[in-house]
Amino acid sequence: MKKILLALALVFSTAFLFAQQTYPVNGSYDIRQGLYAFTNANIVVNANQTISNGVLLIKDKIIQSVGTGTAIPKGYVVIDLKGKYIYPSLIDAFTSYGIPEAQRAAAAGGFGGFGGRQSIFTSTKKGAYSWNESIRPETEVRSIFTIDAKKADDLRKAGFGSVNAINRDGIARGTSAAVTLIDGKENDAMLNDQTAANYSFNRGTSSNDYPSSLMGSIALLRQTYLDAAWYKNQKEEYNISLEQFNKQQALPQIFEADGWANILRVDKIAKEFGKTFIIKSTGDEYQRIDAVKATGATLIIPINFPKAFDVEDPTEARNLSLAQLKGWELAPTNPGVLEKAGVKFALTTTGLDAPSAFWASVQQAITAGLTEKQALMSVTEIPAAMLGISDKVGSIEKGKLANFLITSDNIFKAGNIIYENWVQGKRFVVSKMDVTDLRGTYNLNIDGIGSTVLRVTGTAAAPMAAIERLGADSVKTNATFTRSGDWVTITFNLKKNPVGDVRLSGFLTSASPVAFSGDVIVNSIAAGHWSGTFKEAAREMPKRDEPVKAPATLGSLIFPFIAFGTDKLPAQESVLLKNATVWTNEKEGILQNADVLLEGGKIKAVGKNLSAGSAKVIDATGKHITAGIIDEHSHIAGSGGINEGAQSVSSEVRIGDILTSEDVNIYRQLAGGVTTSQILHGSANPIGGQSQLIKLRWGKLPEELKFAGADGFIKFALGENVKQSSSQNNQRFPATRMGVEQTFVDAFSRAKDYEKALSVKGNNVRRDLELDALVEILNNKRFITCHSYVQSEINMLIHVADSLGFKINTFTHILEGYKVADKMKAHGIAASTFSDWWAYKMEVQEAIPYNGKIMHNVGITTAFNSDDAEMARHLNQEAGKSVLYGGVPEEEALKLVTLNPAKMLHIDNKVGSLKVGKDADVVIWSANPLSIYARAEKTYVDGIAYWDMDRDAQVQVAQKAEKARIIQKLLESKNAGARTQRPMGERTPRLYHCESQEDYWAELNQMEGEHNHE
Amino acid sequence: MNKYLSTAIALFASVSLTYGQANISPAKPQSQKTVVMGAIIHTGDGKVIDNGYLIFDKGKIIGIGDATVVKLALTDAKIITANGKHIYPGFISPITNLGLLEIESVKATKDDSELGENNAHIRALIAYNTDSKVPATLRSNGILMAQITPAGGTISGSSSVVQLDAWNWEDAAIKKDDAMHMTWPVAPRGRGFGGGGGGRFGAAAGPAVDPNERINAVIAELNKFFTEAKLYTETTPTVTNTRLAAMKGLFNGSQKLFITADGQKEIVGAVNFAKKFGITPVIVGGDDAYLLTDFLKSNNVTVIVKQPHALPNNADDDVNMPYKNVAVLSKAGVNVVISIDGFWQQRNLPFMAGTASAWGMSKEDALKTITLNAAVALGVDKTVGSLAIGKDATFIISAGDALDMVTNKVEQAFIQGRDINLDNLHKQLDKKFSDKYGIK
Repeated sequence: MKKILLALALVFSTAFLFAQQTYPVNGSYDIRQGLYAFTNANIVVNANQTISNGVLLIKDKIIQSVGTGTAIPKGYVVIDLKGKYIYPSLIDAFTSYGIPEAQRAAAAGGFGGFGGRQSIFTSTKKGAYSWNESIRPETEVRSIFTIDAKKADDLRKAGFGSVNAINRDGIARGTSAAVTLIDGKENDAMLNDQTAANYSFNRGTSSNDYPSSLMGSIALLRQTYLDAAWYKNQKEEYNISLEQFNKQQALPQIFEADGWANILRVDKIAKEFGKTFIIKSTGDEYQRIDAVKATGATLIIPINFPKAFDVEDPTEARNLSLAQLKGWELAPTNPGVLEKAGVKFALTTTGLDAPSAFWASVQQAITAGLTEKQALMSVTEIPAAMLGISDKVGSIEKGKLANFLITSDNIFKAGNIIYENWVQGKRFVVSKMDVTDLRGTYNLNIDGIGSTVLRVTGTAAAPMAAIERLGADSVKTNATFTRSGDWVTITFNLKKNPVGDVRLSGFLTSASPVAFSGDVIVNSIAAGHWSGTFKEAAREMPKRDEPVKAPATLGSLIFPFIAFGTDKLPAQESVLLKNATVWTNEKEGILQNADVLLEGGKIKAVGKNLSAGSAKVIDATGKHITAGIIDEHSHIAGSGGINEGAQSVSSEVRIGDILTSEDVNIYRQLAGGVTTSQILHGSANPIGGQSQLIKLRWGKLPEELKFAGADGFIKFALGENVKQSSSQNNQRFPATRMGVEQTFVDAFSRAKDYEKALSVKGNNVRRDLELDALVEILNNKRFITCHSYVQSEINMLIHVADSLGFKINTFTHILEGYKVADKMKAHGIAASTFSDWWAYKMEVQEAIPYNGKIMHNVGITTAFNSDDAEMARHLNQEAGKSVLYGGVPEEEALKLVTLNPAKMLHIDNKVGSLKVGKDADVVIWSANPLSIYARAEKTYVDGIAYWDMDRDAQVQVAQKAEKARIIQKLLESKNAGARTQRPMGERTPRLYHCESQEDYWAELNQMEGEHNHE
Repeated sequence: MNKYLSTAIALFASVSLTYGQANISPAKPQSQKTVVMGAIIHTGDGKVIDNGYLIFDKGKIIGIGDATVVKLALTDAKIITANGKHIYPGFISPITNLGLLEIESVKATKDDSELGENNAHIRALIAYNTDSKVPATLRSNGILMAQITPAGGTISGSSSVVQLDAWNWEDAAIKKDDAMHMTWPVAPRGRGFGGGGGGRFGAAAGPAVDPNERINAVIAELNKFFTEAKLYTETTPTVTNTRLAAMKGLFNGSQKLFITADGQKEIVGAVNFAKKFGITPVIVGGDDAYLLTDFLKSNNVTVIVKQPHALPNNADDDVNMPYKNVAVLSKAGVNVVISIDGFWQQRNLPFMAGTASAWGMSKEDALKTITLNAAVALGVDKTVGSLAIGKDATFIISAGDALDMVTNKVEQAFIQGRDINLDNLHKQLDKKFSDKYGIK
């Protein structure tokens, strides 16, 4: 019997729905006309137009007419909406709706045996596809999409009628499809089977090791654009992925790129390849709104604002960073900020715990500045236009699909009820519409209890009730009031007369005025009858006099959006630093009682008794002034991994693509007098990635950190790291120093052949970003910094370079440089080493602190570097150790961390010494800068005091006050009933060293997986 | 030419004749009464004698004072003239795996961290390798003593205090099994990369449980272990248990208890735990100790600060907090000692004291944190840690301020009166290759 019922239900729900032309029906066809007329409605046609007292006619799936005073033809089911609202059903442009969850590659946990598996260099997918599994444009959602009744229901309840379904897996992800949220057959749900080509930086479930970093992803995508262009004009290879990639360029292009920094990265790619992307971001765009706006990109943004933190335990609250606290406060302003800036954007439910959380978040955004009009557009016409489905959905217009909502009120008003969501002419009831509102006061007469008053309050959907017995004892108690259709149940307990639970069950006997009658049950024993009559409408509870809420005060934006960020960046100064010990690093040597004049970001004058002119004068009596420190080997200010170690040669990756301005180590190092850093790729492979020289311009955008006009460099590496000595099951070539040599020989030989091939006109040579960088080296347009330790390998690379015709600019680490100093000197190779590190691995067992001194004395341009975010804070004192170990004269010692690194980076014409005309990158020290007692008091970059010890003290005070203010606000919000989360600190930004090998994507995806399962 | 200079020349001469670490022998016992004259003597207890003398015989200090007001009849003594030079007590490196580990990445050289969670019975001293190439590189910067400390597990075992010029670990020992080391369990403070620690001591293996529950389970297990250990050592047990037996010194006061704890909750938890067993612990790490100075003072707890050259723990912390930490604690009246991570890094210990001074305390107070304060914390202050009559003649002579790398120049060092060889592998390699290139 049960089975038959189920079958009947199925037949019922599908057969009469729509005429599916090609599908046969078992039995007689049951095709309905689907004619409905909705009258007396406030029809919100779109964000700009509302029709009062309107009539909406639909036929089957389609809207027939929208207007007022429409004559209703015969045969229509008339639904009188009595002033209720009709809205277009909402559209979500970015969902995974109906996409099967992909299996993550088993035990992906790092390459080179850091995880438990072997390296997988090329695709395991069978067929003529891309070499890399994360390039999968051949994936088409239209062929993998299946209706998901549960998720469709959740989305419909939140008001959505159609969504864009995206397979969020891989870097080139293939096409998405727009579907309606019907619960029938996929054939009927499809609105646009190819809405867009989709992209991201995330490797996803690909089983390949490459790319293991953000910069690797960027390089792979750039190479794919080049490959696709080459593919069009070649006959050597058949490749479905590239063919599909090319075809999809005609579609809209959606890029999932989380966060404003990634928006800027996507923009760079867009400009390079002439693309326009719709970018799905994370909702932090308000932090750098100008830069986001400047990209001109259309966005899709989530509204999953951070939950309030539970800060009642002050020791736990200390875990929270300023960035977390300010993020909690300011994130809801994001949609409003984007609107004001004129950025076009759609809103998505992606990121919310559930679609049901959508409206509370939208209201939060509206409170924080988003207009209702923009909110509506961002879930109707904007996504419709993005997805090429404006002709079908997004507004209430004749000829469009009958996708609309019936609501009690303005959809944005708190307490609004979504009654029905019609999708393609099919009615989905969310909340019953034609139910009598039972709120009010009633006189009850209950057998055995007597005359009582029932008050039903609350909302129509969630009523609350109280019972009061009038007369002698005048007992009052709360009651539970439940309702099912016309049936009601009221349960209460008066404590005495009678003792025990009283349950009234009954039904509506009259709807206007409302009247009930039914049975009384006391302690589960039938005890007679009851009846109730309507007395008066529910009175609005007089509201307590709430103090008029001042408009919520919000903290100001800070740059960068972390601790020590400031709302106003310090300005460039004209300043005269007076009467100090000035270490010029020039032939003048160390000047006593001398002055330095900074103007227009440059050093204007150095000498005694300089005239200040209009410049601000700072008395530096007793202080020491030096050029800013230059760290030749640093790994700060990077994101998404600094090693692309999945392949032995990765010259295609660029640190410049993954700079981050939001790294507190920039500020910490300014506090140690550092002004310029070379950010290097790690040492996981023989040929690493392209380096990026930056200035520590705290608060500026990532692109603005770059040292303009500097030569390009690249990182090479030798020894234990590149042969993966610490790996248990290394499969990647090379595993010995012998193999390292051949890796270089092979790569440069290929580069030479490539260069030759390129020079032949009319050739369709495949552009290769990896070889492009090597050709630059061969042509002295890119320069090598090579990580090295023992003398044999140093000697080897010198020979390889000689034989293949390239130059080595710098050996870094170079801890056995003292053993081959004569050879390095003969080749004009510079050295950047540690002051005193040793004994941490086999290849440094003969590393000595006299290394720097010996190389310096042999005549090599020698520097001390950090490779460590901590050591970089006191490189001046590392230089001081050359006095201890080898008696290097103090003036020369300081050059180890200033002028000498400037020389080896080819920037000594701009920085590195106090010389008129050079950049005003200057440090004021409290004492001899080489001494342990020296503190950097002010650090200027381009004449801007990014570090100022006095200002720092003020910033710390202000920062504490700001945190206290937000914590107080959090306490109030918890008291007001907000949901809270445990105050866990942020993921601490990873500190990178040369040897930091990680699989960024595997870790990120695993962490998100864990988070999703919390 | 003064006597000292000729000694120095003799020393260099002997080095140039022979290469190789193997030829650096421990010094012979003091054979003659010796006087150092005219030096600036930093006594290690906060005082300075501007023009002082120091007399030592049979390895002990027998006289110290102001050279300008004393007339010494020293016909039988060897005289070292050290005019304007600085004398310091030998520096002490607490909490180090020196001699337990030779090359970090080579497993075969690793003897510093035993398996298991409860290693109360583990003793570091017997694995201390006096032939390691590292100690000689520390001596030449003034570090003459160290507390060789095991790691691994929640309870890691016993350390010993050694001097750094010895034939074998027996000779080296100044105080055997001076302290028991443990790590207080930590609640994770953030999600994602990294997080909590503190081991699984007593906690069931298997699926992850709530971190606070896990920590409570570890603490309960520690309580049980300490309670049983106390009873075990006070009675005559019928079943032998080496772990319980190893705890004896803690309860009879012959051994100290060092607990690693950094957060506020962890420090308070660790101190209160120890107090329950009548023990005043030494807190190692103590990143948040500056928030608890009154508590630490009233409980007479010493804090061994880890690594002043460190990054702040939190993005929001004062960027110079790790530099200032020692001075902040010291000014608040907490007994502070400075330590550094690792073994080869220990040669930078004096500069950590220099850093502490640069960021808010006097040089003499900073010096105490690597001399007398350390000796007190390690329980060896009766014989070392400061320069006073009756104590070991363990000191260095530096041409300049030894807390600053620009001026640190250790010209001579004595351990228990023995004039030790300041050569090391690095100096030898320097010499070898400087000679090759014909440079200095």
